[in-house]
Amino acid sequence: MPAITREEVAHLALLSRLDLSEDELAHYAEQLDVILGSVARVSEAVQQLGQGQDIPPTSHALPLVNVTRPDVEQPCLDPADVLSQAPAAQDQRFRVPRILGED
Amino acid sequence: MSFDGDLTRSTAAALAAAIKGGDVTATEVTQAHLDRIAKVDEKVHAFLHVDTEGALAKAAEVDAKRARGEKLGPLAGVPLALKDVFTTKGVPTTCGSKMLQGWVPPYDATVTRRLREADVVILGKTNMDEFAMGSSTENSAYGVTHNPWDLTRIPGGSGGGSSASLAAFEAPLAIGTDTGGSIRQPASVTGTVGVKPTYGGVSRYGLVAFSSSLDQGGPCARTVLDAALLHAAIAGHDPMDSTSIDLPVPDVVAAARLADIKGMRIGVVKQFDGDGYQDGVRQRFHESVDLLRELGATIVEVDCPSFDYALPAYYLIAPSECSSNLARFDAMRYGRRVGDDGVNGVEEVTSLSREAGFGPEVKRRIMLGTYALSSGYYDAYYGSAQQVRTLIMRDFDRAFADVDVLVSPTTPTTAFKIGERADDPMAMYLADLCTIPSNMAGNAGMSVPVGLAPDDGLPVGLQIIAPAMADDRLYRVGSAVEAALNGKWGRPLIEEVPAL
Repeated sequence: MPAITREEVAHLALLSRLDLSEDELAHYAEQLDVILGSVARVSEAVQQLGQGQDIPPTSHALPLVNVTRPDVEQPCLDPADVLSQAPAAQDQRFRVPRILGED
Repeated sequence: MSFDGDLTRSTAAALAAAIKGGDVTATEVTQAHLDRIAKVDEKVHAFLHVDTEGALAKAAEVDAKRARGEKLGPLAGVPLALKDVFTTKGVPTTCGSKMLQGWVPPYDATVTRRLREADVVILGKTNMDEFAMGSSTENSAYGVTHNPWDLTRIPGGSGGGSSASLAAFEAPLAIGTDTGGSIRQPASVTGTVGVKPTYGGVSRYGLVAFSSSLDQGGPCARTVLDAALLHAAIAGHDPMDSTSIDLPVPDVVAAARLADIKGMRIGVVKQFDGDGYQDGVRQRFHESVDLLRELGATIVEVDCPSFDYALPAYYLIAPSECSSNLARFDAMRYGRRVGDDGVNGVEEVTSLSREAGFGPEVKRRIMLGTYALSSGYYDAYYGSAQQVRTLIMRDFDRAFADVDVLVSPTTPTTAFKIGERADDPMAMYLADLCTIPSNMAGNAGMSVPVGLAPDDGLPVGLQIIAPAMADDRLYRVGSAVEAALNGKWGRPLIEEVPAL
């Protein structure tokens, strides 16, 4: 199935929010192709080992659903401690770059 | 001071007893380890951060408690090296990444908190592959860690700093995390003991997530009993982790003291032998199986055909979960921010920051996971991998219906040379071949040293796998093997580490 193109890697980088260099794009296209070629064996495994049966997927080893706890007020982290680790803060808030376009 | 012997070569159990008995103070024990780190860590580079002040303050607190006649816990005053993936309030936590350079967490992980409550002395934070992705610690953004057995070789990974700190006698105890083998493989290649507890057995709260359905913190030590004492200190239900198991922790300390496997049924996994395994590793493994038989266990061969596909399934599931988990590093609330020049918008700043903050392996896995989860590829890749996960769990269920534990080599080879596999991701991934199935199924695994490979003189580990919440069986088998081999060798294998 693989043969992943440079354009596809560029699209993956965009989705992954990675501003990859030209060199990196070429390098990862090559490497991802090799890795995907190798891991693609999983569909073959399901066919071979599943012997035509419908194998349900497992997302998690524990059969847990909806773990809840009583809704009790708890002390939270000190805002000053948290904001001291922010890249930028202003008026007890995280300061972020603009989120809307220029126009 | 009336402690007989070198404090840094002592076991955690012996140190705790000596502190309790007043033969040595916690401060003396801590200082001896800080001195050792100052002397040898330049060569080993096990630590990213040494918390001299915090360690000595904790030690003084333990000494004061004893002076007041307060009861001390089983590991009070014993030093420990903590993998830099657990948050530590007021102490830097980097996960081996430039993304978190300079980050000082505002809270403690549950593991950190339990260690503090047990009066364990945290010496500092250990080096690791960036965000725990790797098998050699070469993916750390802060330089490689060297294996004390041979400084030109890797100490395993991702928890190579933790394993190296033990083998270099910088700490008697360490904490690691194991997503595909990152506790067990480093233990194997450094001649130390490492345990991946049952998934959900040790809280993940404050463990910076790589692959949440696979990640598991656990104990590392130079002896099986020390690992058990540490396991007991950190394990147990935590309401802060929704995947934490609300059941009593198996009595691992009693099992480690039992050291008797008479009447146990032990399965040898057929798939983990033969081609691709170093001769010296196979030889030591086969001798270990003979030893288990001599010690009174019944040996059965077990067929687990799905294990042949565990590695490819893992390299779809783990990167998929990683691509989602690492999306949190958006450069907005904490961590590195690059390109915030007043012109760039939020998406540009995020992309520039992630490009600058993440290393090559992390980027590779984020993109691999993003690909595997894309519509059009999801069923063939991630979907099939999840089905393989089901098949792996079925193979384990079938095996454990017949045997108490399974055994295999921990990793196919001894420690490889630094740089040898750095440019070949697929070769690097093979290091986790035998350890991955346990992460997929959520059961428990241990690596215990079984000698030096005759072909290169480097440590070989035996992997023991037990069903979920039967972690005590690991310690029962591991301690029996350890006791028999120590008897045969006259002294523990770790004593053979060359002087640094």
